[in-house]
Amino acid sequence: MSARRIGVYICYCGGNISDYVDCEKVRNAIAGEEGVVVAKTTMFACSDASQQEIIEDIQQQKLDGMVVASCSPTLHLFTFRGVANRAGLNPYLYVQVNLREQCSWAHTDVPAQATEKAVHLVRAGIAKARLTESLDKIRIDTVPRALVVGGGIAGLRAALALSDLGISVFVAEKSEKVGGWVAEMGRMYPHERRGSDLIAKLVEEIGARENIKVFTHAELTAKSGSVGDFSVQLSVADQTIPLNVGTIVVTTGFGSYEPAPGEFGYGTEGVLTLPEFKRLLDESKGPLVYRGKPVNSIVYVYCVGSRGSSKKEKPNTYCSRYCCNAAMHASSVAHDLSPSLHQFHLFRDIRTYGKYELLYEEARSKGAVFLKFDEQQPPEVEKVDGHFRVQLKDQLTFGDEIQIESDLVVLVTGMEARADKSLNDVLKLPLGLDNFFKEIHPKLRPVETVIDGVFIAGAAQAPRNSAESVASALAATAKSAALLKKGYVELEPLVAVVDTEACTWCSECVCTCPYAAIEKVTAGSKEVAQINSALCKGCGCCVPACPKGALGVKGYTDRQIRAMIDAMGASHE
Amino acid sequence: MEQGGGTAAQEFRPEILVFSTATISDIGVDLAGSSHLHYPPTAVAIPLPCSSGVRPDWVLYALTHGFDGVFIAADGTDCPFVPDCTDRTAKLVGRTQDLLREHGIPPQRLKMAAICSVCAESFQKHMKYFFEEIKKLGPSTKAG
Repeated sequence: MSARRIGVYICYCGGNISDYVDCEKVRNAIAGEEGVVVAKTTMFACSDASQQEIIEDIQQQKLDGMVVASCSPTLHLFTFRGVANRAGLNPYLYVQVNLREQCSWAHTDVPAQATEKAVHLVRAGIAKARLTESLDKIRIDTVPRALVVGGGIAGLRAALALSDLGISVFVAEKSEKVGGWVAEMGRMYPHERRGSDLIAKLVEEIGARENIKVFTHAELTAKSGSVGDFSVQLSVADQTIPLNVGTIVVTTGFGSYEPAPGEFGYGTEGVLTLPEFKRLLDESKGPLVYRGKPVNSIVYVYCVGSRGSSKKEKPNTYCSRYCCNAAMHASSVAHDLSPSLHQFHLFRDIRTYGKYELLYEEARSKGAVFLKFDEQQPPEVEKVDGHFRVQLKDQLTFGDEIQIESDLVVLVTGMEARADKSLNDVLKLPLGLDNFFKEIHPKLRPVETVIDGVFIAGAAQAPRNSAESVASALAATAKSAALLKKGYVELEPLVAVVDTEACTWCSECVCTCPYAAIEKVTAGSKEVAQINSALCKGCGCCVPACPKGALGVKGYTDRQIRAMIDAMGASHE
Repeated sequence: MEQGGGTAAQEFRPEILVFSTATISDIGVDLAGSSHLHYPPTAVAIPLPCSSGVRPDWVLYALTHGFDGVFIAADGTDCPFVPDCTDRTAKLVGRTQDLLREHGIPPQRLKMAAICSVCAESFQKHMKYFFEEIKKLGPSTKAG
């Protein structure tokens, strides 16, 4: 029998619930439930007055459990945990029941049945509350240092910003020098400064900072610990360097799509990818010349390797977003070098979003001609007598068959995720379907990953131009600093636990854990599994793997789930 | 009225237990409600952190303790914990259906589908369809 003293509050939500659910009937139905000593209805449980009343009840009635049946926990779970906390009740003794989104609003057509469902839901909440236990957040002191993996423009900018905030930074760059793609670039939009100059300036600034240390030829080879206190290992040339950092910012950038041999003539002299063409432009001082021959006309083919267009086995399905703008800018630069140049842009769709529309306008005003092809009928490229002959059906002129002669063919190739996944083996970051690193939520939790304390920024997360990459790098900097400046982090205690009596260390659970949080320890005379609660995210993936039923997640224990099933199901038998 | 000519009041209304996930599919279930997309009110959800954490014996327990069908609203590719969440959950469903067969319970009483945080209409459709499917099967066996 439960000796618990639980307070239950059923919220009208100003009619949002009570218009469809008979809240008084629900209260009467559950008032006699085992362990319930307070059962009340309220107009708005979240109002100050109601919160105060709950606090008084907790203190006067010496409640040791609390259920509020109101809206979705996404809205007010933390509100009511706060109420519990202020009343001196451990916040994990609180259970929220969702009577609005999952009851009254979903069943506005059948109020009587909605009321019946509400009774079941509240009973389940009470059943769960009877089995709650006091838990404390896991507190970890943080180390005021950060590691930036990848020394491209995003990584360098993040390092400087972290340094500005008084956080020591290590930058690990895999190649021989920092700067990444931007270091190789010439004129950039919109300021028309050279990419190499921008990087040189950042490198100079970084050199002047005492709290930034840059490692080149460096790779991250091991990571242990958890948010605020990671131990990492860098392999630098032949050395292994151990570091202790509080956060990790991953700015490893992108790879460029390399077309399959023969894809729009790729492999033939004079067929260039976008980065190859940009390099040609950057190296040109006067009128455009390719391999000793003057270039009088260029054909650009858009969306190569993007949006499902590829001869490769697994085509990239996404729009790479930056390539239209980059091609427009390249076209404009090419025109400035050779004003008499004829340029033909063969596109599926154009995505020059925001202010980049001006680039499109500029390319057009400089004489570029745009022709639209259907993805089912891509242009055909062949080389005849040293020139290219490109054929397409132009959608803008209702399918006219058009033939263009050109000296160069530029394949407007997109960005891809880095092919090397070894960093992923170390960091265990989830990838999206596009193979880029995945942030938790683009609006609610951008640049954060499921690994607390590991942030992603720049083109490692999605195709981005340099300005967008820097913006996300600064977002990751702000998140890192917010975490490290506080001096400690608090983690949810709803993690997995092992029943060491039942556990026989069969190790079945180990491989199910995505965070390597399960380790073997000796308990008395036997070996059992142990959860590293700082690493465990409480996903519960390990729970069904245990043949002995020895694993559970706090807040979702076997007893709680069965009690909830009993509370909701029993009445139907 | 498939169920033996009773009155409307006695009509069999399958009780459905939904295992949702606190950060993804439960949000989709919430959205169905916020959008007033009606589905059978005999469907109730227990949110868990991840759908690949559903224990097979919980499903068996539910189907022998008052529920007629169990629906796992999986995270799909949105799962914040494991990228192969769908595969993991699917394997779990296979294992669970074997367990149900062992106990003489039709495996169709367990269904899984990926419900993302904006899959409100999809959830509604699944609930209505599953409700009708379970109705054809009749009530689940009582606790033994």
